[in-house]
Parts: sequence; C-alpha cells; structure tokens
Amino acid sequence: MDTQQHLSSVHTHEEAHHGHTHASVSHHAGGHHLLQVENLCVGFQMYETLPQQSSPAKGIACKEKQTKRFGFFSRTTTRQTMQWVIDHLSLSVHTGEILAVVGASGSGKTLLADAIMGLYDTNTCVEGVIYYDGVKQDASSLTALRGSEIAFVPQSVKSLDPLMKIGKQIGGDPARRAELFERYSLSTDVEGLYPFELSGGMARRVLLCTALMGNPRLIIADEPTPGLDLELAVQAMKDFRTFADEGKGVLLITHDIELALRVADRVAVFKDGTVVEETAVANFAAPHLLNHPFSRALWHALPEHDFSFEGEL
Amino acid sequence: MSVLELQQVSFSYGAKTVFANCSLSFDSHERVALYAPSGRGKTTLCRLLAGYSKPQAGQVLLDGQPLPQMGPCPVQLIWQHPEQALDPLLRMQTSLQEAGPLEEDVLHRLGIKPEWLTRYPRELSGGEMQRFCIARALAVHPQFLIADEISTMLDALTQVQIWDFLCSYCDEHEVGLILVTHSQALQDRLATRVVNLDSL
Repeated sequence: MDTQQHLSSVHTHEEAHHGHTHASVSHHAGGHHLLQVENLCVGFQMYETLPQQSSPAKGIACKEKQTKRFGFFSRTTTRQTMQWVIDHLSLSVHTGEILAVVGASGSGKTLLADAIMGLYDTNTCVEGVIYYDGVKQDASSLTALRGSEIAFVPQSVKSLDPLMKIGKQIGGDPARRAELFERYSLSTDVEGLYPFELSGGMARRVLLCTALMGNPRLIIADEPTPGLDLELAVQAMKDFRTFADEGKGVLLITHDIELALRVADRVAVFKDGTVVEETAVANFAAPHLLNHPFSRALWHALPEHDFSFEGEL
Repeated sequence: MSVLELQQVSFSYGAKTVFANCSLSFDSHERVALYAPSGRGKTTLCRLLAGYSKPQAGQVLLDGQPLPQMGPCPVQLIWQHPEQALDPLLRMQTSLQEAGPLEEDVLHRLGIKPEWLTRYPRELSGGEMQRFCIARALAVHPQFLIADEISTMLDALTQVQIWDFLCSYCDEHEVGLILVTHSQALQDRLATRVVNLDSL
C-alpha cells in the first residue's frame, strides 16, 4: 500500500495539496491528515425508461451505455445509465480538527459518509482515492477500519436493529455506557428498551453513544442532531470538540449550519456532489467573506439571518 | 374555520404517563409551534392529534366531532423520518396516487422534479423523500397539517422554499399548521403561537 506523509511545511495554506486548499485562518498548524479523500466519484447504475420512439440523446453523459434489448424487455425502451452523484470530490480532515460539511440536500453528503465507511449498495460505482492516516485504503481495509478506528453516526434512526435491546446493541463496557447515558440524559432503563419504544431524539442519542463508546480516531457524523433539543445538541457538539482536541478528527455532515459553526474549524460547502468552497468558520460571520454564490445563498437562507432566497434551486 | 381540540386527554406508555388530563385547542387560522425537550412527548401528541394513537381517556375532536374512522384523515401528519413513512416497495408516483389528486403546481412549488416520480424511496435523498411526504399529505386536502420536525434534514435553502410554500398554502386553503421544531429561530419566524408542553 502507498504511504503518503503529510508535512505542513511543504505547502502554504492557499496552495493546493492533496487535491484541496485551506483558508488562511484554518486550524492546520502542523496538522497531520487523518483522512484524505481525493477525486471521489460515486455513481449509481440505474435503469431509465425513455419516451417511446425517441432516439437516445447524444452526449448526455460520457459514462452512459446502451443496454442490449431482448425478449420481453424489447417492448420498452429502457437503458442502463450511470448517475454520478458525487463528482471529483476532495476533502481532508486533520488531527485535532472538526470539518463541517454543509450543503444542499440531495447533493450526496450521505453518500460521501457511506463511501468513507465502505458501505455501498450493490449498484454503486466508486472511484477515487481515500487515505486514512497516510495509508491508501481499499474497500476491504475500510471495512476493517470501520467500527474500530472510524466510528459512524448514521443519519437514519432505522440503523438501529429493531429486534435487539438498546443495551445489547451498544455493547461495550457497562460503566462507560452508564457514563455516556448520564451525559446525554438517557435513563438506565433505556438499555432494556427496543428501538420502537424510543422517541426520535432518544434514538439519535443512542446512535451518538454507540459512536463514542469505542475508542475511534475519526468520527463520521451524518446529521447527528435532528430531533435533539438545543441543549442536547450543544452537548453533542461539545463532545465532538473534546474528542477532536484529543488529537482525533471529526467529519460533521449537517444541515444545521448555526450549530456546526459553534464547534467546527473549517466548513466545506457541498453542492451537486462536489465541494464548491472550503472556508474557515470565521468567514461565515458575514456573506461578503464567502466566495461562492451558493455559500452566500445559504447564509441568507438561515432563519437567523434573512430566511429568504432568490432564484431557482 | 375549523377547530381541532384535545379534551381532557390522558395518555401513557405502560407506567410512564405522557399526558394527564390535558386540554388544548388549535384553530385553522393559526400556526402553532409545539415546544418541549427531547423525549417529552411531542411526537406522541402529534400522533394523538392525527388519530394514529387513541387517548386512554378524553377525546380528540375536529369541529366537535371525533376524527373519522375511515377514509383519509383531515388532520395530516408529516413524519419526522420520511424514510420510515414511505412504502419501500412503491414508486413515488404510486404513493402519491394512493393519497388522492394533487394540483399540478404543488409538485413544482415543492421543487419535486418529474424524474423523481418513477423512483423508489431508497433512490432518493432524505430531503427529497420529505418533499414527497409533504405532497402526499396535501393530496388529501387536509384541514390541519402537523409538521413533526420536517425540515431538520433539509438544507437551509430548501427549508426556506418549503416553509414559504407551506405557509402560503396554509393561508390560501385555510389549513391550520401545527409545527414541531427545535430551532428557536425557525419558531420565531413561523409560529403565531407557541405551546410549551411542560406547561400543560
């Protein structure tokens, strides 16, 4: 496997390295790249039904192929297409850093998390390079890292096993579990409950506890806060901050920009499957500090600011 | 104008009492925000109002009548987790057709693209599924719409678009809106009245 060492002296902040740049104020001094994602592309093979008697349009996408038509299928005009959702995405998480990923819904944020965790659907096609701790990873080594080195807070509360009691699902050391439960104000009888008996916010807290339970070096948190009241959400954010300050890393995927800005070091703004702007948290103080029009539109749309938007989505 | 009310409702999960003798009323001109800490029973209250749960004592009345037992309920609930609210085996257009006829512009105003209609829920993102859930609720032409944290999985731009649409739709059609949100800022923007569940 390739090893790629990161030396902070090799590049200045604005210089492109490993496929990304930093804002000058970002938290990067001597930071070692814990996670690097370079030129990641994630696509789906899909079947698309075309209107009858129309010839397939030329040059829609370069990675598109015509299916063979045979038998029963010959009556419908269906072709197999690749739908690329993530397109040449690069980002990195350094040690001691929280990188917040914000952006449009449906732009592939969850897919990014799944790709890093090595969780793919059968019809998924993934290209690109992922380095963890300077070592290039493939699908099987990512699977090995999952759960031990990299912990995941999934977006969907469906990720809990509906037939297993919470205590057993979290597993691990009971003392540590009790400590985490107390911190997130979950009572101890939650351990004996099944997921359907939990409220949305409680399930969310259980997922957080599961991720913090082990001893990971990197947490990928995909929307960890919906359903949590502000106090608990802030608590979760503070825990991520403490976690990062121990020299570990957090990739925080969220819609709650306001909350992310409280703890994150850098923000990557995501649109249409790629990072359009990577900027320091301080630049979110005012719209004119943001470079990309989409970042500025996001800023204006926040309920804390103008709660308005212009133009088409 | 219609009125949705809880009359001396009590509800408990086993030994855990969630509501004891609680009365509350909503009218269709207002937008009410429900506020409470996580795990207090906001979703339970939404379920009671939309007829998904029956109170152990007291009743839920719409214009003085109990909610209809059959047919589409005039109080529609949009769930917190759209991935659990949609049938995974139905294409989106089938899910919508089951609910009823929908004005053409509703889909457009919600930002639903025509090509999403033939997809299955697992081929859509959380935010895209949530828009379909909203469209499905509106297809019933409800008198009350309950939004249980519907916008937490949407980005800020989509949130604006959807709230903007929902508020204007509710004003045009005299639909009462009951919303649950943890965001103070959103609550201040949208609600005409805030109900704190701890004070019930």
